[in-house]
Amino acid sequence: MRLSGRGIRCMRGGRDVFSGLDFETCAGEALAVVGTNGSGKTSLLRMIAGLLAPAAGSIALEGGDVELTLPEQAHYVAHRDALKPALSVIENLLFWQKFLGGDASDAKGCLATVGLDHAIHLPAAYLSAGQRRRLSIARLLTVRRPIWLLDEPTNALDRAGQSMFAALMIDHLARGGLIVAATHMPLGIITRELPIGSAS
Amino acid sequence: MTLLDLANPTRFLTLTSRLLPWLAGLTFVLLLIGLYQSAMAPDDYQQGATVKIMFIHVPNAWLSMFVWGVMSLAALGTLVWRHPLADVAAKAAAPIGACFTFLALATGSLWGRPMWGTYWEWDARLTSVLILFLMYLGLIALWRAVEDPSRAARAAAVLTLVGAINLPIIKFSVDWWNTLHQPASVLRLGGPTLDRAFLIPLLIMALAFSLLFLTLHLAAMRNEILRRRVRALQLKQASQLP
Amino acid sequence: MTALAALVRRDVKIALRVGGGALIGVLFFLTVVVLMPFALGPDLALLTRLGPAILWLGALLASLLTLDRLFMADHEDGSLDLIVMGRVPLELACAAKALAHWLAAGLPLVIATPALGLLLNLDATSTSAIGLTLLVGTPALTFTGMIGAALAVTLHRGGLLLAVLVLPLSIPVLIFGVAASEAAIGGFSFGAPFTILCALSLISFVIGPFAAAASLRHGLD
Repeated sequence: MRLSGRGIRCMRGGRDVFSGLDFETCAGEALAVVGTNGSGKTSLLRMIAGLLAPAAGSIALEGGDVELTLPEQAHYVAHRDALKPALSVIENLLFWQKFLGGDASDAKGCLATVGLDHAIHLPAAYLSAGQRRRLSIARLLTVRRPIWLLDEPTNALDRAGQSMFAALMIDHLARGGLIVAATHMPLGIITRELPIGSAS
Repeated sequence: MTLLDLANPTRFLTLTSRLLPWLAGLTFVLLLIGLYQSAMAPDDYQQGATVKIMFIHVPNAWLSMFVWGVMSLAALGTLVWRHPLADVAAKAAAPIGACFTFLALATGSLWGRPMWGTYWEWDARLTSVLILFLMYLGLIALWRAVEDPSRAARAAAVLTLVGAINLPIIKFSVDWWNTLHQPASVLRLGGPTLDRAFLIPLLIMALAFSLLFLTLHLAAMRNEILRRRVRALQLKQASQLP
Repeated sequence: MTALAALVRRDVKIALRVGGGALIGVLFFLTVVVLMPFALGPDLALLTRLGPAILWLGALLASLLTLDRLFMADHEDGSLDLIVMGRVPLELACAAKALAHWLAAGLPLVIATPALGLLLNLDATSTSAIGLTLLVGTPALTFTGMIGAALAVTLHRGGLLLAVLVLPLSIPVLIFGVAASEAAIGGFSFGAPFTILCALSLISFVIGPFAAAASLRHGLD
């Protein structure tokens, strides 16, 4: 599986954020998009996720499921955790499992992996930022998707959380997955860096 | 036993757990006596047997206003004295008050049916009670809008007090609006003078309903305190997670 | 199917829990109807005559009031991004969200109608006629209003803009809803306007989800 972009140009509010960006990454590889604030890291991820149209250029996936589009084979973890405060931890996770069409994998087991198994009936409103991020990570595990698009995934996590997540990413890559992450911090795994913005 | 002791929610729980069965029993007995007396009361020469709706209607109508008064006191407790049980009392009282108000409206409407020929007439008194009902519902909606009860408490307290000041103004306006438009055919319900045969059952029923409110209110306050404890425990549990 | 059922269930659950505004719409409906006699006077004959219009206007305003949260909440917490990316066609997901919204906010309006009919001195026939037209017509209000809700999300503006966008679109529903109710009360042919009202609802079931999905797909950034 190969994810590539050719000559991508990003315009935000009439301003050129970046242009002529090429990248390429293969299964088993993690691509770290690095750059200063406002360099367009989030925009690039949203373009790959199909949520933002590039002003020029194209993004293509080779070797994936031909029946599905690129966004349909991707998980997106953004700054906002897509959690409903009124629902409990398990209700939030089970909703995404059903909606994203996961094979009925063990939701409680996934919560145990991210360390939230003692809190399954707590309302998500009571969770801290780091706990909310752990719950978003559990979503990556309940539904298997080959491509993980991660926007500052380790931001709110403590050190134990970061190493837990690094292990999950290594496992995902070993299964032939692919990661594109926008990040300021080292993710704790071997990555190839893609500098964008003024640095490129 | 002072008021300060009662302020402690734990004391409140133990005290009310002993008090509630007695209160409930007393309410039940008084309600039985009151209902029996009401059933035995003579028919009115004008309204016939329908006058007996009064024995349910009047206590409910009186409580619908009394409960708002209780909530206003509790609101003062929240805003001025920061009494720890005040907002619990205010929150617990709102749905009960709304129920009494609804019953006052429903019985008033049933009582009006044979008098007016319709279930509803925009009579000044019924209309005022209807507006009171809407204000209760608004207050309940306010309590339900915010998950953190201590944050909702101050907003609800302000609204309750504003309501208490506004209710007489609303009542006056509705009276004025109604006399301006009033069709002459409408019968005024009840009368300024009540026969003793009606007065005694009515007073017993009023006392029984007041006790019913006290019982329900204390029970609802207990539930609210326990609900907040569950919430506090859940928050504590969340803070201990990784 | 499970995905759509899960979406409907989740939205209804959130609307009914603390912080969800499902029942505020009914309260607003009740208040609007109660306000009318203060403006018109307590003349029951007049109120009876205006009953269908009052109830329909109240229901229209109440269903509009709660609409601006339809996509906004999901947009604010990032859920909308995942819904757009998901394998469920966005049109169906939009329809499921609108259905959930109608179940939590539209259906209670229909259920409240008999009680409000009493206040306006409507007899059983009139009340059931108005209730029936609202049952058929409020989904049309939700499904056309959904287009405005989707536009409002992409523009990051809600509230009054939504009202201005959606109210003109709901005029046909209002016309045939009131016409069918009045026909039933006056003893004229109820069938013709009611059938048109049903048709309007069916059309909105098609147009609403497609238009909402189109504006969401191109407007998110």
